[in-house]
Amino acid sequence: MLHIVNKSAAERSSLESCLRMATKGSAVLLIEDAVYAATNGNAAAAKIQAAAADLKIYALGPDLAARGMAGRVLDGVNVVDYGGFVDLVAEHSNCQSWL
Amino acid sequence: MSDMDEMDDGSGVVKKFMFLNRKAPHGTVYALEGLEVVLITAAFDQDVSMVFTDDGVFQLMKGIDTKGIEVKDFSKTYRALEGYDIEKLYVDQASMDARGLTEDDLIVDVTVLSVDEMANLMAEQDVVISF
Repeated sequence: MLHIVNKSAAERSSLESCLRMATKGSAVLLIEDAVYAATNGNAAAAKIQAAAADLKIYALGPDLAARGMAGRVLDGVNVVDYGGFVDLVAEHSNCQSWL
Repeated sequence: MSDMDEMDDGSGVVKKFMFLNRKAPHGTVYALEGLEVVLITAAFDQDVSMVFTDDGVFQLMKGIDTKGIEVKDFSKTYRALEGYDIEKLYVDQASMDARGLTEDDLIVDVTVLSVDEMANLMAEQDVVISF
């Protein structure tokens, strides 16, 4: 399953809910304000790094760049472009957007 | 009559305005709209402070490149605020710490305030407007 999160972990509980529900081997794609969680020094970084042991974590590159965060991505997080976003949706049988 | 005239003509009144920015840029329209309102307020010669807390500190990040998401990059506008006599820019130390940021990461010169200093600054305002 592909999980998509688009809200900042500092504002909403969607990332936390997602990580709680995501099963081993699932993919989590962070887009829009959710990408901050995957950057060095962010308060949510530890959660992402812990989750990366069981989940594949992706972050959308254009959203990182638009926030000045392209050079601060956590190790273990895969940066994808819009083409990669489409591939992830196509590769997974179902997907959940955590609004 | 003169009292009446003074009441009608409020142009000489200067109030302390704080614009409190708590949202990241781009994900919502708050950051851009807040900036627009600040520029309008400056035209009325008011005492304006801009404060950035929580995800609002991300508005001031250096190195923003919005080409990929095809929206306006308004981060350069923060550097133009000085030209509008808006020179009181404050960021919250705790918010910076929680995001791994230092002053060097920001596009403009700011004053970093502790929680107590921030609380005092807020308490002394005539008007606080939140975005």
